[in-house]
Amino acid sequence: MQELVAELLKGNRRAAARMISLVENDDPQKRELLKDVYPHTGNAYVLGVTGAPGSGKSSLVDWLLKQIRKDDLTVGVIAVDPTSPFSGGAILGDRIRMQDHALDSNIFIRSMGTRGSLGGLSRATREAIQVLDAFGKDLIIIETVGVGQSEVDIVKTADSTLVVLTPAGGDSVQTIKAGIMEIADIFVVNKSDLPGADKTATEINTMLDMKNDQAWRPPVVPTVSVSNEGIYELWSAVQEHRRHMEDSGRLLEIRRERVRRELTEQVEYLVKNRIWDRVKEKIELESLVEKIVKRQKDPYSSAGDLLSKIKFYDQDSEEGD
Amino acid sequence: MTEKMIRVLVAKPGLDGHDRGAKVVARALRDAGFEVIYTGLHQTPEQVVETALQEDVDVVGLSILSGAHMTLVPRIKKMLAENGMDEVLMIVGGIIPADDAAELINSGSAEQVFTPGEPLDNITEYISSKCKSNMQS
Ligand SMILES: Nc1nc2c(ncn2[C@@H]2O[C@H](COP(=O)(O)OP(=O)(O)OP(=O)(O)O)[C@@H](O)[C@H]2O)c(=O)[nH]1
Ligand SMILES: [Mg+2]
Repeated sequence: MQELVAELLKGNRRAAARMISLVENDDPQKRELLKDVYPHTGNAYVLGVTGAPGSGKSSLVDWLLKQIRKDDLTVGVIAVDPTSPFSGGAILGDRIRMQDHALDSNIFIRSMGTRGSLGGLSRATREAIQVLDAFGKDLIIIETVGVGQSEVDIVKTADSTLVVLTPAGGDSVQTIKAGIMEIADIFVVNKSDLPGADKTATEINTMLDMKNDQAWRPPVVPTVSVSNEGIYELWSAVQEHRRHMEDSGRLLEIRRERVRRELTEQVEYLVKNRIWDRVKEKIELESLVEKIVKRQKDPYSSAGDLLSKIKFYDQDSEEGD
Repeated sequence: MTEKMIRVLVAKPGLDGHDRGAKVVARALRDAGFEVIYTGLHQTPEQVVETALQEDVDVVGLSILSGAHMTLVPRIKKMLAENGMDEVLMIVGGIIPADDAAELINSGSAEQVFTPGEPLDNITEYISSKCKSNMQS
């Protein structure tokens, strides 16, 4: 395992790929790995790209990669596609649009399915970002469909967030989830070759002008991602937002907030695991369930009984630390 | 602990321009609970191998209708091995004459070859059982 981390830090692409699988599968060895990886993180800037299905996110990322590589930055891409709720399987097709970069050794692309649990995806994405960060990528782009809470959660791990809209009849502003509008640092009106693009941009601008208390006023950038129209402007907007985040101290602030959240989650994880391990060791859970089902006991007092039986309330329990 | 997800790269190396068959297989694999990485048409062997590597797949499924299978399959298999991915299960689908199929399998370039008309369930079940026994060993 230590070897895997060493290989990752040396820039071994297979090690990076395998480590992402381990975090995605929630492998038992994952925590050890991430512990060793952590000191080598904190250098990458994270750019989130979200928007409705088919709005052109992957094509935009493809063009952005071309633009970004002119600045000689190395890039990691995490492209998330929805998992089928029926089979648990997924078709991950974002790479189709990015194939020009498949052989660029400075770009690493990884597809992910949303898989099962709410919260599980944002955890997996966050950990994959750590891996790519330690792997030495300067910039990490996360593409995700902006339709559900888990996608909004993912975007919260980004330093800058692009929300991609399209002219689709002018009603796209309404169809995008309410929570998504608030997280945009930059709005992209993609498919600006289609009719209604100006109207969509105007709608967004009007909406943005109604709130004037913001330190950062999100720009609205029209793009055509089947050609490279607006891509230079979009990349400039990203860089400007980054400068704003750095100069205003906001970047440090949100990163501190992220660490706080991470720490809380880790503590909760450890506590939960420890408790359940002990519960399973000492208590026949199924027979307790049976008793509750038969109304011989109730879940409310049983939970308390359970915790006192494993001496959860007792600070000086024999297991100590 | 959940079961490890099986990841399959469905790739179309070479020049032929039909990916209907590959898409049908990709969908069947999704419906059987696999994660399918689909990369579209006209992949070079280098692109296939690099994608398999970055995506850390368990299975590479090549769809080849162009007739170039006797050069493409061994080449990709060799490059996978050179990149430390000898464990990856290589399967081939397409218009492959029986003699060629036998040679690909006997030489170790492909684990299995499926030709048009093969029931999709056979393909998904084959991958399931192969991957499960690989993980246990
Ligand atoms: N007319 C027009 N079509 C575009 C533009 N950008 C992308 N498209 C098309 O829109 C479709 C979807 O593009 P993708 O880049 O795959 O969109 P996406 O948002 O990544 O899609 P998902 O990942 O499936 O949600 C493709 O058929 C593109 O060719 C554009 O600027 N103009
Ligand atoms: Mg996409």
